[in-house]
Amino acid sequence: MSKSTQAKSHASAPVNARLSKEEKVELYRKMVRIRRFEERSLRAYQAKKIGGFLHLYIGQEAVAVGCCSLMGKNDHVITAYRDHGHAISVGMDTKGLMAEMYGKVTGCSKGKGGSMHFFAPSLNYWGGHGIVGGQIPLGTGLAYGLKFKGLKGAAMAFMGDGAVNQGAVHEAYNLAALWNLPCVFVIENNGYSMGTSQERSSAGELHQRAAGYDMAWEVINGHDLYEVRAKMDVVLTRAREESKPSVVEIDTYRYRGHSVADPDKTYRSKAEIEEYQRTKDPLNLFQSILREEGNLDDALVEKIDQEARAEADVAADFAEASPFPTVEDIQKDVYWESDNPSQRVSQGRLFFN
Amino acid sequence: MPVITYREAIRHALAEELTRDENVVVMGEEVGQFNGAYKVTEGLLEKFGPKRIVDTPISEAGFIGLGIGASMLGIRPVMELMFWSFYSVAFDQIVNNAANVRYMSGGLINCPIVIRGPANGGTNVGATHSHTTENVLAHHPGLKVVVPATPYDAKGLLKSAIRDNDPVMFLENTILYGDKGEVPEGDYVVPLGKADVKREGTDLTIVTYGRSVLHSLKAAETLATEHKINVEIVDLRSIRPLDFDAVLASVRKTHRVLIVEEQKPFCSVGAQLSDMIQLEAFDELDGPVHRLCTVDAPAIYSPPVEVEQLPNVNRVIKAALAAVK
Repeated sequence: MSKSTQAKSHASAPVNARLSKEEKVELYRKMVRIRRFEERSLRAYQAKKIGGFLHLYIGQEAVAVGCCSLMGKNDHVITAYRDHGHAISVGMDTKGLMAEMYGKVTGCSKGKGGSMHFFAPSLNYWGGHGIVGGQIPLGTGLAYGLKFKGLKGAAMAFMGDGAVNQGAVHEAYNLAALWNLPCVFVIENNGYSMGTSQERSSAGELHQRAAGYDMAWEVINGHDLYEVRAKMDVVLTRAREESKPSVVEIDTYRYRGHSVADPDKTYRSKAEIEEYQRTKDPLNLFQSILREEGNLDDALVEKIDQEARAEADVAADFAEASPFPTVEDIQKDVYWESDNPSQRVSQGRLFFN
Repeated sequence: MPVITYREAIRHALAEELTRDENVVVMGEEVGQFNGAYKVTEGLLEKFGPKRIVDTPISEAGFIGLGIGASMLGIRPVMELMFWSFYSVAFDQIVNNAANVRYMSGGLINCPIVIRGPANGGTNVGATHSHTTENVLAHHPGLKVVVPATPYDAKGLLKSAIRDNDPVMFLENTILYGDKGEVPEGDYVVPLGKADVKREGTDLTIVTYGRSVLHSLKAAETLATEHKINVEIVDLRSIRPLDFDAVLASVRKTHRVLIVEEQKPFCSVGAQLSDMIQLEAFDELDGPVHRLCTVDAPAIYSPPVEVEQLPNVNRVIKAALAAVK
């Protein structure tokens, strides 16, 4: 099957065929917004406005946009530290995200979480998490909560390829399969566990480990937004309707280092990166598809790009102008009880400095 | 008032809270069909069913993490660790996720989970199954930590813990499971962060918690009859939050302090208490703060020697005599 035919077949999948022109353009717009936000974040990081790590989502946009675009009101998302794409995909405001990375009190976590820890419970988004694989048992718990409450929903628990080697992931797989929890474990396989390639870090095929737990699995070309939506829709529907877990391996690629400051010349070549950019960039691929379908033209592409750049600049300006939290804010948001003193039941000291 | 065991007191707390709130779920290894490794959860499966009394595989990281994730959606899991010694397998989930998720989200997410189980030595199970974990847990802002010594306190504290909107670490003691005491039937709570003066005295304050309370009470009788030393015993009950006002009030009365705990000495709860006492009550003290801890080595297996490694009545008496000398 040729690539062109394959792409067309996913375009005709029901979940894609019913998309309106506006909805398709919006999917493309979201990917562009992620790209420009990340590029603007990189400049801020290089200008030392952002500290610590910066794990960019550049190259992986179709994964988060495709998966999150399928969310229903009882679906939930949790992911690892490469979380900017998911945050934007579920609808978080980019001003709050940039301010969070600048460490400003107007950030989505009041400057307390940073780049790896964006959360929006009101959007069913349960965070970026910094410990490899540590979020996967939590995602399994979200699925458990859905089943316990009798809600027809699914929990999408995202992880990188390196996390599949963590013991907690296998405990989560076992619990989900044993108890038939509506959890979709999504492996964003960008080929590198930090600086160690998959072939140097992982035995066998990542998705096939699902078979060890008698779980269904799927492999998706993560550069193709239509394929992501088409195949994820089947998996999510099974989770919602039958309360069955699955493992989904989505092949993708990141253009920058693990964190941007990490040197990636030691484990992959510049030519490899350029080849991916030239042939598999998810924004370019989807743009081409939408052009062929007559849904995009040069003018609209340019407009979307300018608007995305402007949005990223507005976010950076907002972050720059915002105040930092105070020293007194350090000990807020630690305990529910200390933040709700009128409802406090316990006594004694909670803090010791 | 009925006299029941510590084990039964915990079971009653669980049953009452399961009845009171449909979101409460008990999960852990052997809690259901097996009736609980220490029979704490005996009969709960029969009464509440498998949806709410859940046997888990031996996967502490997995099931503690699952409980934390479920609690973010409003479930109130009460997770049993068969031994708190197994917490190290779930360490990432407890100290990174449960303790931090509220903070990292800027207060957007709550984590109303209770993790309960025994944390003690003295049962000849060797070094890996004999940890007292309250100091490491209490070190993490975001977690609450309680250690009940009596059946009454066990029931009341556990009910408070289950109703709390913060993660609460509830540390029991296998040797106390069979101890009896008066426990009211029906609803009552012991608030977290409230100490209890278990014995009034004038000559020495013993600050303690958990099973060491019982050693201290017995020692106090001997100290009174044989040495004419009248000991006051402050049972902390809660490590974090901490009722330090009760400690201060007692120190101001007796002017001498001995801290007794079943922890290794280095960086124990007692080390924190010593620091606070000397900072806040230095002028009240007639002598240095003394501490009696577990002898500083991994838990020895040998049954007759293990008794001497831990606090016991004789060691408390000796330490108290040194503290008042």
